[in-house]
Amino acid sequence: MELTGAQALIKSLEMQHVEVMFGLPGGAILPVYDPILDSSIRHILVRHEQGAGHMAQGYAQVTGRPGVAIVTSGPGATNVVTPLADAYMDSTPLVVVTGQVATTAIGTDAFQESDITGITMGITKHNWLITDVADIPRVVAEAFHVATTGRPGPVLIDIPKDIAQSTMEWYWPAPEDLDLPGYQSVTEGDPALIREAAELLLAAERPVIYAGGGILKARAAEALRELAERTGIPVVTTLMARGCFPDSHPLCLGMPGMHGNYTAVTAMQKSDLLIALGSRFDDRVTGRVSAFAPDAKVIHVDIDPAEHHKVRVADVAIAGDCRLVIEELLLALDSLGLAHSEATRGGRGGSPSDAVAGAPVADGSLAASFPRERLAPWRALLGEWQQRFPLVYDQQPGAGPLKPQYVIEQLRDNTPEDTIVASGVGQHQMFASQWWQFDHPYTWVNSGGLGTMGFAVPSAIGAKVGRPDKMVWAVDGDGCFQMTAQELVTASSERIPVKIAILNNAYLGMVRQWQEMFYEERYSEVYLSPDLPDYVGWAEAMGCVGIKVESTDDVATAIDKANSVDDRPVVIDFRTDAFEKVFPMVAAGASNDDIMVDPSLTRDLGA
Amino acid sequence: MSVYGTDQRHHTLTVLVENKSGVLARVASLFSRRGYNIFSLAVAPSDDPRFSRITIVVDVESAPLDQIMKQLDKLIPVVSITELDPAHSRERELLLATVEAGPETRGQVIQLVGVFEGKIVDVGPEHLTVMLAGAPTKLDDFEDLIRGYGIVEMQRTGRVALPMLDRADHRGRPATGTADTTEKAG
Repeated sequence: MELTGAQALIKSLEMQHVEVMFGLPGGAILPVYDPILDSSIRHILVRHEQGAGHMAQGYAQVTGRPGVAIVTSGPGATNVVTPLADAYMDSTPLVVVTGQVATTAIGTDAFQESDITGITMGITKHNWLITDVADIPRVVAEAFHVATTGRPGPVLIDIPKDIAQSTMEWYWPAPEDLDLPGYQSVTEGDPALIREAAELLLAAERPVIYAGGGILKARAAEALRELAERTGIPVVTTLMARGCFPDSHPLCLGMPGMHGNYTAVTAMQKSDLLIALGSRFDDRVTGRVSAFAPDAKVIHVDIDPAEHHKVRVADVAIAGDCRLVIEELLLALDSLGLAHSEATRGGRGGSPSDAVAGAPVADGSLAASFPRERLAPWRALLGEWQQRFPLVYDQQPGAGPLKPQYVIEQLRDNTPEDTIVASGVGQHQMFASQWWQFDHPYTWVNSGGLGTMGFAVPSAIGAKVGRPDKMVWAVDGDGCFQMTAQELVTASSERIPVKIAILNNAYLGMVRQWQEMFYEERYSEVYLSPDLPDYVGWAEAMGCVGIKVESTDDVATAIDKANSVDDRPVVIDFRTDAFEKVFPMVAAGASNDDIMVDPSLTRDLGA
Repeated sequence: MSVYGTDQRHHTLTVLVENKSGVLARVASLFSRRGYNIFSLAVAPSDDPRFSRITIVVDVESAPLDQIMKQLDKLIPVVSITELDPAHSRERELLLATVEAGPETRGQVIQLVGVFEGKIVDVGPEHLTVMLAGAPTKLDDFEDLIRGYGIVEMQRTGRVALPMLDRADHRGRPATGTADTTEKAG
């Protein structure tokens, strides 16, 4: 069967079971857009190519399947650079197809030419410039294989216009036909090292499981829960791992890091054994590396061996898939005689208004409910810290300024418990991570490594496309919203009913917080105005329902109203307190020992 | 004064890569992006036309060697990486130099080239262009001695290297540094 390169490309995507792609056509990719009309693949027409990339990321993060974006050459391609960099940092599987000028024009500074394979070399797992039409099916198969195996990541296929227009005899490569002699991924950990890890684990007195995004990538949430419950070891979940272990579980300490809660941060600092599972000792978690968890031995499980010893030298470094390694570790613990227990199963059931997101749901449960007496004093100490240093804020009822934390709590309590939450980057992201109760994996979508403002709206749209059965809320900042809001036009025209909560404090809030704390309150270029733009008017102009909320009395009502709309997006403009800061905080470059909790807590201690 | 020699700051990596366009750029860009310094680099096809061999001398004070090797290993077109311990490998390099060689010093320059078993490859009224192939340390020595006569232009290729033949069990160190395999990890 003879096909054009364009037809072969679309057919190859169908062979990979692609159900949806996000894109925007242009000159060089025109030939590829023609067969899209005849394809089973749904195409979602975005308003800016960055939106296509972030939608594909949102789709990938909630489904585990690779997200696909398709754009034209030159500016179309450079507009997806940010999503590629973002996906590379957060190990999100993404396949981006870019048009390219004809092979005869490459290198001549042709109209809409850019060297996108050169530009994205350092921010993709791999990329391909196709120079022979016969390579198309093989390269597509290789691209999906590379994007989804090992440590997942984004890949890019650049296809010149003349290649898309020329013809080839269709074939579909068998797995052994892939031409990747330099690519093999490890999956199973070394049994000797796993045994060593099990021995360390049983000997520890103050162990902490440091769970990262790799748990979600490896679909290891169940295995992690079994490990925690069998061993009675408490778990911290990083920003990328929120939801991989239930916040309502008695062993869950919540998020560590720069804005993590006191107990999660300090548990790691005082630990004698960190069991790092799919986490990478990011600077936002470690604070000053030389002062990070000084007494802890480290077991580091990661599918990417380059993460081992990169930041922190591990005592036992295991290269492998987190799920497989945890399962082997459980068997090793069996053989070392760790009894199976009748531990109290954790899970949702606590009052979400407990001061600490992820605090123990019943008094003393952290210390008492799990086996292994040896760890009881450790868990008791952690329980004390949770009581003493909860997350706090002070919401005055009625007309006082709305606290962003209050809005998040109201959202959490007035939406289904498995709601997917997407966020942008900044204060609102930290508030959402701190105050939401994540009890299910794949319900938190955010930009962790790259910290891309404007991520929320498009990634929420992609998430809703991937999981139309779930409610999807974006928690956004006013600064972030202005960066990518145009994609709500996409959502309106495609009838994708996402809901956006803007925490509108009229500032670039996180930058403002740093200027207040570290730049002597010299506020440089951070004020945005609460009314310009008119968010409600803007939302309505984009085909959404727009609601403005200024008082605590109206918060829950507005959320209920938003929840009831299922044929178009909803934007709620929550006017929040511009002076609220995110606490706790570890200042940049400081030791995690110097964590600053909310000032009201130290006042209460008479400090 | 030795720019190469057996200086422990420098390590030689021999990297087998797919013979595809852009591979050298990927390797070079990885080094600059991660903040590692390349000391010298030599690339040529290997005996198998599908693969090329890159010999890289790295400045390991800029980053731990283990990290450099693992990051290189993540590049899809990189098939294998071996660190060549200078004590257990054969390293060679080629030097071309145009040297001041007027009537008074010409004889001495020719003599020096002879002592080092080099070759005269071009002759002019006031200059000689000489060639020397050999171990990098030998080239260092030659360069030091010839400098006194006045070097007009000089070009060195950067070293190429292969492991010593297997008389004992000394082979290159494996790619991942800790594992005993040069297999790739994705």
